[in-house]
Amino acid sequence: MKIPCIDETWCKGCGLCISECPRGVLGWSGKRNRRGYNLPAVQQPEKCTACRMCELICPDLAIYVEEEEQCAKR
Amino acid sequence: MHPLGEKYLRKHTLPTIFCPGCGDGTVLSAFLRAVDELGIIDRLALVGGIGCSGWIPVYVNADTLHVLHGRAIPFATGLKVTGPDRKVVVFTGDGDCLAIGGNHFIHACRRNIDMTVVMLNNAIYGMTGGQVAPTSPHRARTQTSPYGNPEMPFDACKLAIAAGATYVARWTSGHPRQLTRAFKEAIMHPGFAFIEVLTQCPTQTGRYMKGGLDAPALLKDIRASVVGKERAASLPPEELADKVQIGTLHTEIRLEFTEALRRLSEGDGK
Repeated sequence: MKIPCIDETWCKGCGLCISECPRGVLGWSGKRNRRGYNLPAVQQPEKCTACRMCELICPDLAIYVEEEEQCAKR
Repeated sequence: MHPLGEKYLRKHTLPTIFCPGCGDGTVLSAFLRAVDELGIIDRLALVGGIGCSGWIPVYVNADTLHVLHGRAIPFATGLKVTGPDRKVVVFTGDGDCLAIGGNHFIHACRRNIDMTVVMLNNAIYGMTGGQVAPTSPHRARTQTSPYGNPEMPFDACKLAIAAGATYVARWTSGHPRQLTRAFKEAIMHPGFAFIEVLTQCPTQTGRYMKGGLDAPALLKDIRASVVGKERAASLPPEELADKVQIGTLHTEIRLEFTEALRRLSEGDGK
């Protein structure tokens, strides 16, 4: 199953992926990265249809849709 | 990082200078997709002017020029004339393209030189602190128009068509798929291609002009302010009064400048 993978190093916490997702897959994680930006997280992976809107809209190339196992490897 | 970023970006220049939620990053990402699908990174030459948008070429691992304010198009003209095989793409902002470099822009349109000019329009001078720009809407409140902007904004696409550009399109940073398609069409178009991208600037436009909107709300605001070209044809004029049309607005084929130069220098008997 494909889900959004979030690269916590480059994320700037703008929230565009959360607001642009048509299915409400993403939400705020409550965590922050090293630079202090709020991080999004996949909250409802079963709803994801891999439409890639989060990936296309992300201004920092910090999110991409991939197989779940591949995601953990990178 | 996204695989396209791994492939095409200069890692030591990251993170980008763009504020969180800036539309410029979305445009960069859409551009990388277009470059990847066309496979032209070896022939690509990027030119950036001054302003936030002028930084986009700096992050791409291709031939890059980052030049004087407003003078991105003249440098790009030089690049194209000396190496007609290059695919030249200029990234410029609304102030850089229409105010400081306005004259260069209209003359490049007139010459129909084969290059792509991408103008990122955030309707304000974002990098310098939120001053009124030639594209700021009428009555917009900015740092230098606290009582509302008395001027009327430029319609860059109409200007480009009138000046002779042969491919003109307008999209927003909320249309990434269409933007990638427009980049591919513009790069392959044999003549002057102009793409205006309406982008969100949460730091300046959002704060001063829109009363504190964040990036997701600004993007929705931009999407609500535009209407597709095909749909606009069926709408009554009163509904179109405060809407901006998006889509591929104009295409034509006309003699290209470097081709005209080549014919002149080789002497084709005319």
